[in-house]
Amino acid sequence: MPSTRDIRRRIKSVKNTAQITKAMQLVAAAKMKKAQDQASNGRAYAEMLNKVLVNLKEQAEEGAHPFFSEGKGTKTLILLIASDKGLCGALNTNLFKKLITTQFEGDAEYVTIGKKSVQAINRLRRALLADFPIKDPAHFAEVRAVGRFIQEKFCTGDYKKVFVVFNNFINTVTVVPTVEQLLPVNPVTLGGKRDFAPEIETATATTEYTFEPSAAVVFETVLPQYVNNTIYQMVLESRASEHSSRMVAMKNATDNAKQMIKDLSLEYNKLRQASITNELLEITTAKMALE
Amino acid sequence: MPLKLEIVTPEARIFSDEVDTVVLPGYEGEMGVLPAHSNLVTTLLPGELRITKAGKTTEMAVGEGLVEVTGTVTRILTDAAVDADKIDEKAVEEALERAQKSLAELKPGEQQEEIAAVMAMIQRSTAQLHIKRKRKTV
Repeated sequence: MPSTRDIRRRIKSVKNTAQITKAMQLVAAAKMKKAQDQASNGRAYAEMLNKVLVNLKEQAEEGAHPFFSEGKGTKTLILLIASDKGLCGALNTNLFKKLITTQFEGDAEYVTIGKKSVQAINRLRRALLADFPIKDPAHFAEVRAVGRFIQEKFCTGDYKKVFVVFNNFINTVTVVPTVEQLLPVNPVTLGGKRDFAPEIETATATTEYTFEPSAAVVFETVLPQYVNNTIYQMVLESRASEHSSRMVAMKNATDNAKQMIKDLSLEYNKLRQASITNELLEITTAKMALE
Repeated sequence: MPLKLEIVTPEARIFSDEVDTVVLPGYEGEMGVLPAHSNLVTTLLPGELRITKAGKTTEMAVGEGLVEVTGTVTRILTDAAVDADKIDEKAVEEALERAQKSLAELKPGEQQEEIAAVMAMIQRSTAQLHIKRKRKTV
Protein backbone atom coordinates (compact mmCIF):
# COMPACT_ATOMS: atom_id res chain seq x y z
CA MET A 1 0.00 0.00 0.00
CA PRO A 2 1.63 3.25 -1.11
CA SER A 3 1.64 6.18 1.28
CA THR A 4 -0.21 9.40 0.49
CA ARG A 5 3.10 11.09 -0.07
CA ASP A 6 4.07 8.58 -2.75
CA ILE A 7 0.81 9.13 -4.57
CA ARG A 8 1.15 12.90 -4.35
CA ARG A 9 4.57 12.61 -5.89
CA ARG A 10 3.32 10.44 -8.72
CA ILE A 11 0.45 12.80 -9.50
CA LYS A 12 2.92 15.63 -9.77
CA SER A 13 5.18 13.77 -12.15
CA VAL A 14 2.32 12.64 -14.39
CA LYS A 15 1.05 16.22 -14.46
CA ASN A 16 4.45 17.37 -15.73
CA THR A 17 4.42 14.74 -18.45
CA ALA A 18 0.93 15.76 -19.48
CA GLN A 19 2.06 19.36 -19.75
CA ILE A 20 4.92 18.41 -22.06
CA THR A 21 2.83 16.18 -24.31
CA LYS A 22 0.14 18.85 -24.45
CA ALA A 23 2.69 21.41 -25.62
CA MET A 24 4.02 19.01 -28.23
CA GLN A 25 0.50 18.33 -29.39
CA LEU A 26 -0.15 22.03 -29.92
CA VAL A 27 3.10 22.51 -31.81
CA ALA A 28 2.37 19.49 -34.00
CA ALA A 29 -1.17 20.72 -34.65
CA ALA A 30 0.09 24.08 -35.88
CA LYS A 31 2.66 22.43 -38.15
CA MET A 32 0.13 19.88 -39.30
CA LYS A 33 -2.24 22.53 -40.60
CA LYS A 34 0.50 24.05 -42.75
CA ALA A 35 1.84 20.73 -43.97
CA GLN A 36 -1.62 19.46 -44.88
CA ASP A 37 -2.44 22.60 -46.84
CA GLN A 38 0.84 22.40 -48.68
CA ALA A 39 0.32 18.75 -49.53
CA SER A 40 -3.27 19.07 -50.72
CA ASN A 41 -2.54 22.19 -52.78
CA GLY A 42 0.23 20.51 -54.71
CA ARG A 43 -1.72 17.34 -55.38
CA ALA A 44 -3.74 18.57 -58.36
CA TYR A 45 -0.60 19.63 -60.22
CA ALA A 46 1.38 16.49 -59.45
CA GLU A 47 -1.46 14.18 -60.38
CA MET A 48 -2.34 15.98 -63.56
CA LEU A 49 1.27 16.07 -64.69
CA ASN A 50 1.46 12.38 -63.99
CA LYS A 51 -1.74 11.65 -65.93
CA VAL A 52 -0.60 13.67 -68.94
CA LEU A 53 2.76 11.93 -69.02
CA VAL A 54 1.26 8.47 -68.62
CA ASN A 55 -0.93 9.27 -71.62
CA LEU A 56 2.03 10.55 -73.58
CA LYS A 57 3.99 7.46 -72.70
CA GLU A 58 1.40 5.36 -74.49
CA GLN A 59 1.61 7.57 -77.58
CA ALA A 60 5.34 8.09 -77.68
CA GLU A 61 7.50 5.83 -79.76
CA GLU A 62 9.60 3.24 -77.99
CA GLY A 63 12.69 4.90 -76.54
CA ALA A 64 11.44 8.47 -77.00
CA HIS A 65 13.01 9.30 -73.66
CA PRO A 66 15.02 7.13 -71.25
CA PHE A 67 12.52 7.84 -68.48
CA PHE A 68 9.79 6.04 -70.42
CA SER A 69 11.49 2.66 -70.50
CA GLU A 70 13.11 0.37 -67.96
CA GLY A 71 16.86 0.61 -67.48
CA LYS A 72 19.12 -2.11 -68.83
CA GLY A 73 20.51 -3.14 -65.44
CA THR A 74 18.92 -5.46 -62.93
CA LYS A 75 19.20 -3.34 -59.80
CA THR A 76 16.38 -1.41 -58.19
CA LEU A 77 16.77 2.05 -56.73
CA ILE A 78 14.58 2.90 -53.76
CA LEU A 79 13.97 6.31 -52.29
CA LEU A 80 12.84 6.00 -48.68
CA ILE A 81 11.15 9.03 -47.16
CA ALA A 82 10.68 8.94 -43.38
CA SER A 83 10.67 11.54 -40.62
CA ASP A 84 13.64 13.15 -38.89
CA LYS A 85 12.19 12.85 -35.41
CA GLY A 86 10.38 10.19 -33.48
CA LEU A 87 7.44 10.44 -31.07
CA CYS A 88 4.95 10.13 -33.89
CA GLY A 89 3.29 6.84 -33.06
CA ALA A 90 3.79 3.84 -35.33
CA LEU A 91 4.34 6.00 -38.42
CA ASN A 92 7.93 5.02 -39.22
CA THR A 93 7.58 1.46 -37.93
CA ASN A 94 4.68 0.82 -40.29
CA LEU A 95 6.60 2.34 -43.17
CA PHE A 96 9.64 0.13 -42.59
CA LYS A 97 7.42 -2.91 -42.19
CA LYS A 98 5.95 -2.14 -45.59
CA LEU A 99 9.46 -1.78 -47.01
CA ILE A 100 10.59 -5.12 -45.60
CA THR A 101 7.53 -7.01 -46.78
CA THR A 102 7.69 -5.62 -50.33
CA GLN A 103 9.65 -7.72 -52.82
CA PHE A 104 11.85 -5.81 -55.27
CA GLU A 105 13.48 -7.29 -58.35
CA GLY A 106 17.25 -7.70 -58.25
CA ASP A 107 19.49 -5.99 -55.73
CA ALA A 108 17.97 -2.98 -54.07
CA GLU A 109 19.98 0.13 -53.35
CA TYR A 110 18.69 2.95 -51.23
CA VAL A 111 18.54 6.72 -51.18
CA THR A 112 17.06 8.17 -48.02
CA ILE A 113 15.39 11.32 -46.76
CA GLY A 114 15.07 11.75 -42.99
CA LYS A 115 17.22 10.54 -40.09
CA LYS A 116 14.91 7.69 -39.17
CA SER A 117 15.23 6.14 -42.61
CA VAL A 118 19.05 6.24 -42.49
CA GLN A 119 18.94 4.47 -39.13
CA ALA A 120 16.57 1.86 -40.48
CA ILE A 121 18.64 1.15 -43.59
CA ASN A 122 21.79 0.83 -41.50
CA ARG A 123 20.05 -1.49 -39.06
CA LEU A 124 18.78 -3.65 -41.91
CA ARG A 125 22.28 -3.68 -43.42
CA ARG A 126 21.07 -2.62 -46.84
CA ALA A 127 23.13 -0.71 -49.42
CA LEU A 128 22.82 3.02 -48.80
CA LEU A 129 23.85 5.28 -51.70
CA ALA A 130 23.04 8.72 -50.36
CA ASP A 131 21.15 10.52 -47.66
CA PHE A 132 19.59 13.93 -48.16
CA PRO A 133 18.70 16.06 -45.16
CA ILE A 134 15.57 18.06 -45.87
CA LYS A 135 14.46 20.84 -43.56
CA ASP A 136 11.00 21.37 -42.26
CA PRO A 137 9.07 22.88 -44.02
CA ALA A 138 10.57 21.35 -47.15
CA HIS A 139 11.90 23.64 -49.85
CA PHE A 140 11.73 22.74 -53.49
CA ALA A 141 15.41 23.61 -54.02
CA GLU A 142 16.50 20.91 -51.54
CA VAL A 143 14.32 18.31 -53.17
CA ARG A 144 15.70 19.23 -56.58
CA ALA A 145 19.10 17.92 -55.45
CA VAL A 146 17.48 14.56 -54.64
CA GLY A 147 15.73 14.54 -58.01
CA ARG A 148 18.94 15.26 -59.86
CA PHE A 149 20.79 12.50 -58.03
CA ILE A 150 18.10 9.95 -58.83
CA GLN A 151 17.92 10.99 -62.48
CA GLU A 152 21.68 10.72 -62.87
CA LYS A 153 21.63 7.27 -61.30
CA PHE A 154 18.79 6.12 -63.51
CA CYS A 155 20.50 7.47 -66.63
CA THR A 156 23.57 5.30 -65.97
CA GLY A 157 21.34 2.36 -66.93
CA ASP A 158 22.33 0.25 -63.92
CA TYR A 159 18.86 0.38 -62.50
CA LYS A 160 15.79 -1.20 -63.93
CA LYS A 161 13.27 0.77 -61.93
CA VAL A 162 13.06 3.48 -59.29
CA PHE A 163 10.60 3.19 -56.44
CA VAL A 164 9.63 5.60 -53.70
CA VAL A 165 8.53 4.34 -50.28
CA PHE A 166 6.70 7.01 -48.35
CA ASN A 167 3.72 7.72 -46.11
CA ASN A 168 0.74 8.68 -48.20
CA PHE A 169 -1.43 11.18 -46.38
CA ILE A 170 -5.16 10.44 -46.63
CA ASN A 171 -6.49 12.37 -43.64
CA THR A 172 -5.41 13.25 -40.11
CA VAL A 173 -6.03 9.79 -38.70
CA THR A 174 -5.35 7.72 -41.82
CA VAL A 175 -1.85 7.42 -43.21
CA VAL A 176 -1.00 4.66 -45.65
CA PRO A 177 2.59 3.46 -46.11
CA THR A 178 2.92 3.34 -49.89
CA VAL A 179 5.33 2.04 -52.51
CA GLU A 180 5.09 3.88 -55.84
CA GLN A 181 7.08 3.43 -59.03
CA LEU A 182 8.73 6.71 -59.96
CA LEU A 183 10.67 5.65 -63.04
CA PRO A 184 9.90 4.61 -65.71
CA VAL A 185 6.88 6.91 -65.70
CA ASN A 186 3.92 5.09 -64.24
CA PRO A 187 0.52 6.10 -62.83
CA VAL A 188 1.02 7.40 -59.29
CA THR A 189 -1.69 7.95 -56.71
CA LEU A 190 -1.23 10.65 -54.13
CA GLY A 191 -3.50 11.39 -51.22
CA GLY A 192 -7.13 10.38 -51.05
CA LYS A 193 -8.68 12.43 -53.79
CA ARG A 194 -8.80 11.14 -57.33
CA ASP A 195 -11.89 12.98 -58.51
CA PHE A 196 -10.47 14.18 -61.82
CA ALA A 197 -8.72 10.97 -62.81
CA PRO A 198 -11.35 9.12 -64.89
CA GLU A 199 -12.25 12.20 -66.91
CA ILE A 200 -8.71 12.56 -68.22
CA GLU A 201 -8.40 8.94 -69.15
CA THR A 202 -11.53 8.92 -71.29
CA ALA A 203 -10.68 12.19 -72.98
CA THR A 204 -7.30 11.14 -74.27
CA ALA A 205 -7.38 7.38 -74.39
CA THR A 206 -7.44 7.07 -78.17
CA THR A 207 -5.87 10.33 -79.28
CA GLU A 208 -2.59 10.96 -80.99
CA TYR A 209 -0.61 14.09 -80.36
CA THR A 210 1.35 16.54 -82.41
CA PHE A 211 4.42 17.69 -80.54
CA GLU A 212 5.62 21.22 -80.87
CA PRO A 213 8.49 21.62 -81.67
CA SER A 214 9.24 17.90 -81.22
CA ALA A 215 8.56 15.11 -78.77
CA ALA A 216 12.22 15.03 -77.74
CA VAL A 217 12.28 18.72 -76.77
CA VAL A 218 9.02 18.51 -74.86
CA PHE A 219 10.12 15.44 -72.92
CA GLU A 220 13.55 16.87 -72.29
CA THR A 221 12.05 19.89 -70.52
CA VAL A 222 9.09 18.25 -68.85
CA LEU A 223 10.39 14.93 -67.54
CA PRO A 224 13.14 16.19 -65.21
CA GLN A 225 10.61 18.68 -63.91
CA TYR A 226 8.16 15.85 -63.43
CA VAL A 227 10.60 13.74 -61.41
CA ASN A 228 11.52 16.65 -59.14
CA ASN A 229 7.95 17.70 -58.63
CA THR A 230 6.73 14.19 -57.88
CA ILE A 231 9.43 13.66 -55.27
CA TYR A 232 8.62 17.05 -53.77
CA GLN A 233 4.95 16.15 -53.55
CA MET A 234 5.81 12.83 -51.91
CA VAL A 235 7.97 14.63 -49.35
CA LEU A 236 5.05 16.95 -48.64
CA GLU A 237 2.71 13.98 -48.19
CA SER A 238 5.20 12.41 -45.79
CA ARG A 239 5.54 15.62 -43.81
CA ALA A 240 1.79 16.01 -43.54
CA SER A 241 1.57 12.40 -42.35
CA GLU A 242 4.36 12.93 -39.83
CA HIS A 243 2.81 15.97 -38.19
CA SER A 244 -0.66 14.45 -38.15
CA SER A 245 0.60 11.24 -36.57
CA ARG A 246 2.58 13.17 -34.01
CA MET A 247 -0.43 15.29 -33.15
CA VAL A 248 -2.60 12.19 -32.71
CA ALA A 249 0.08 10.36 -30.70
CA MET A 250 0.58 13.35 -28.40
CA LYS A 251 -3.14 13.82 -27.98
CA ASN A 252 -3.46 10.20 -26.90
CA ALA A 253 -0.55 10.63 -24.49
CA THR A 254 -2.14 13.72 -22.97
CA ASP A 255 -5.50 11.98 -22.63
CA ASN A 256 -3.88 8.96 -21.00
CA ALA A 257 -1.98 11.16 -18.57
CA LYS A 258 -5.19 12.97 -17.62
CA GLN A 259 -6.96 9.68 -17.00
CA MET A 260 -4.05 8.56 -14.86
CA ILE A 261 -4.17 11.76 -12.80
CA LYS A 262 -7.87 11.17 -12.25
CA ASP A 263 -7.33 7.59 -11.09
CA LEU A 264 -4.45 8.55 -8.83
CA SER A 265 -6.41 11.42 -7.28
CA LEU A 266 -9.27 9.09 -6.50
CA GLU A 267 -6.93 6.65 -4.84
CA TYR A 268 -5.27 9.46 -2.93
CA ASN A 269 -8.59 10.79 -1.65
CA LYS A 270 -9.71 7.33 -0.62
CA LEU A 271 -6.52 6.83 1.30
CA ARG A 272 -6.83 10.21 2.97
CA GLN A 273 -10.42 9.51 3.95
CA ALA A 274 -9.44 6.12 5.29
CA SER A 275 -6.79 7.60 7.53
CA ILE A 276 -9.22 10.24 8.86
CA THR A 277 -11.82 7.60 9.61
CA ASN A 278 -9.18 5.56 11.34
CA GLU A 279 -8.14 8.46 13.51
CA LEU A 280 -11.73 9.24 14.46
CA LEU A 281 -12.23 5.64 15.33
CA GLU A 282 -9.19 5.67 17.56
CA ILE A 283 -10.32 8.82 19.38
CA THR A 284 -13.78 7.44 19.98
CA THR A 285 -12.38 4.16 21.24
CA ALA A 286 -10.01 5.97 23.57
CA LYS A 287 -12.84 8.12 24.92
CA MET A 288 -15.08 5.13 25.50
CA ALA A 289 -12.29 3.34 27.35
CA LEU A 290 -11.94 6.28 29.77
CA GLU A 291 -15.60 6.32 30.69
CA MET B 1 -18.84 22.72 -78.62
CA PRO B 2 -17.26 24.44 -75.65
CA LEU B 3 -13.61 24.31 -74.77
CA LYS B 4 -12.71 23.41 -71.22
CA LEU B 5 -9.65 25.16 -69.87
CA GLU B 6 -7.76 24.04 -66.81
CA ILE B 7 -4.79 25.87 -65.34
CA VAL B 8 -2.96 24.17 -62.49
CA THR B 9 0.14 25.28 -60.56
CA PRO B 10 1.95 23.45 -57.75
CA GLU B 11 0.19 25.73 -55.27
CA ALA B 12 -3.38 25.47 -56.48
CA ARG B 13 -5.85 24.92 -59.27
CA ILE B 14 -6.03 28.45 -60.69
CA PHE B 15 -8.65 28.14 -63.36
CA SER B 16 -11.18 25.54 -64.42
CA ASP B 17 -14.02 26.66 -66.66
CA GLU B 18 -15.43 26.51 -70.15
CA VAL B 19 -14.12 29.24 -72.47
CA ASP B 20 -14.48 30.31 -76.09
CA THR B 21 -10.83 30.64 -76.88
CA VAL B 22 -7.45 30.86 -75.21
CA VAL B 23 -4.23 32.41 -76.53
CA LEU B 24 -1.06 31.15 -74.89
CA PRO B 25 2.69 31.65 -75.25
CA GLY B 26 3.86 28.34 -76.71
CA TYR B 27 7.31 27.15 -77.66
CA GLU B 28 7.04 28.48 -81.20
CA GLY B 29 5.33 31.75 -80.41
CA GLU B 30 1.82 32.77 -79.47
CA MET B 31 -0.76 30.13 -80.14
CA GLY B 32 -4.52 30.43 -80.19
CA VAL B 33 -6.65 27.47 -79.22
CA LEU B 34 -10.25 27.17 -80.32
CA PRO B 35 -12.68 24.31 -79.65
CA ALA B 36 -11.94 21.16 -81.70
CA HIS B 37 -8.27 22.01 -81.97
CA SER B 38 -6.19 19.05 -83.06
CA ASN B 39 -4.33 17.17 -80.32
CA LEU B 40 -1.14 18.89 -79.40
CA VAL B 41 1.49 18.93 -76.68
CA THR B 42 3.90 21.80 -76.31
CA THR B 43 5.92 23.57 -73.69
CA LEU B 44 4.72 26.84 -72.23
CA LEU B 45 7.01 29.84 -72.02
CA PRO B 46 6.73 32.67 -69.48
CA GLY B 47 4.42 35.29 -70.91
CA GLU B 48 0.88 36.40 -71.34
CA LEU B 49 -2.17 34.21 -71.58
CA ARG B 50 -5.50 35.53 -72.81
CA ILE B 51 -8.79 33.83 -72.12
CA THR B 52 -11.92 34.90 -73.97
CA LYS B 53 -15.31 33.95 -72.68
CA ALA B 54 -18.55 35.45 -73.96
CA GLY B 55 -16.73 38.41 -75.49
CA LYS B 56 -14.83 39.18 -72.30
CA THR B 57 -11.08 38.80 -72.28
CA THR B 58 -9.07 38.01 -69.14
CA GLU B 59 -5.32 38.24 -69.09
CA MET B 60 -2.98 36.17 -67.01
CA ALA B 61 0.76 36.06 -66.52
CA VAL B 62 2.10 32.52 -66.65
CA GLY B 63 5.46 30.87 -66.04
CA GLU B 64 7.13 27.88 -67.67
CA GLY B 65 5.17 24.72 -68.09
CA LEU B 66 3.42 22.18 -70.22
CA VAL B 67 0.32 22.50 -72.42
CA GLU B 68 -1.82 19.60 -73.47
CA VAL B 69 -4.54 20.32 -76.01
CA THR B 70 -7.25 17.91 -77.04
CA GLY B 71 -10.43 18.75 -78.95
CA THR B 72 -12.43 19.42 -75.80
CA VAL B 73 -9.94 20.13 -73.04
CA THR B 74 -6.89 22.34 -72.76
CA ARG B 75 -4.73 21.62 -69.76
CA ILE B 76 -2.03 24.04 -68.73
CA LEU B 77 0.49 22.99 -66.10
CA THR B 78 2.70 25.87 -65.11
CA ASP B 79 4.86 26.93 -62.19
CA ALA B 80 2.99 30.21 -61.79
CA ALA B 81 -0.19 31.84 -63.03
CA VAL B 82 -1.40 35.23 -61.85
CA ASP B 83 -4.48 37.15 -62.89
CA ALA B 84 -3.47 40.46 -64.51
CA ASP B 85 -5.63 42.41 -62.04
CA LYS B 86 -3.92 40.78 -59.11
CA ILE B 87 -0.35 41.49 -60.11
CA ASP B 88 1.31 43.61 -57.47
CA GLU B 89 3.68 45.73 -59.51
CA LYS B 90 5.82 46.73 -56.57
CA ALA B 91 6.20 43.22 -55.21
CA VAL B 92 7.10 41.88 -58.64
CA GLU B 93 9.69 44.62 -59.14
CA GLU B 94 11.24 43.72 -55.81
CA ALA B 95 11.28 40.03 -56.70
CA LEU B 96 12.91 40.84 -60.01
CA GLU B 97 15.57 42.90 -58.29
CA ARG B 98 16.25 40.14 -55.79
CA ALA B 99 16.51 37.57 -58.55
CA GLN B 100 18.96 39.67 -60.52
CA LYS B 101 21.05 40.23 -57.44
CA SER B 102 21.27 36.54 -56.63
CA LEU B 103 22.07 35.80 -60.27
CA ALA B 104 25.05 38.15 -60.01
CA GLU B 105 26.20 36.33 -56.88
CA LEU B 106 25.98 32.87 -58.38
CA LYS B 107 29.10 31.83 -60.23
CA PRO B 108 28.66 30.56 -63.76
CA GLY B 109 29.45 26.90 -64.22
CA GLU B 110 28.41 26.06 -60.68
CA GLN B 111 24.92 25.43 -59.45
CA GLN B 112 23.40 25.13 -62.90
CA GLU B 113 20.04 24.29 -61.39
CA GLU B 114 19.93 27.35 -59.24
CA ILE B 115 20.86 29.62 -62.09
CA ALA B 116 18.10 28.08 -64.17
CA ALA B 117 15.64 28.64 -61.34
CA VAL B 118 16.65 32.28 -60.96
CA MET B 119 16.46 32.83 -64.71
CA ALA B 120 12.95 31.41 -64.74
CA MET B 121 12.04 33.75 -61.90
CA ILE B 122 13.36 36.72 -63.87
CA GLN B 123 11.44 35.75 -66.97
CA ARG B 124 8.29 35.26 -64.94
CA SER B 125 8.60 38.63 -63.24
CA THR B 126 9.36 40.39 -66.51
CA ALA B 127 6.29 38.87 -68.12
CA GLN B 128 4.11 40.00 -65.23
CA LEU B 129 5.46 43.54 -65.33
CA HIS B 130 4.99 43.65 -69.07
CA ILE B 131 1.32 42.83 -68.81
CA LYS B 132 0.72 45.24 -65.97
CA ARG B 133 2.38 48.15 -67.76
CA LYS B 134 0.67 47.44 -71.03
CA ARG B 135 -2.67 47.63 -69.31
CA LYS B 136 -1.83 50.97 -67.73
CA THR B 137 -1.07 52.66 -71.04
CA VAL B 138 -4.35 51.54 -72.60
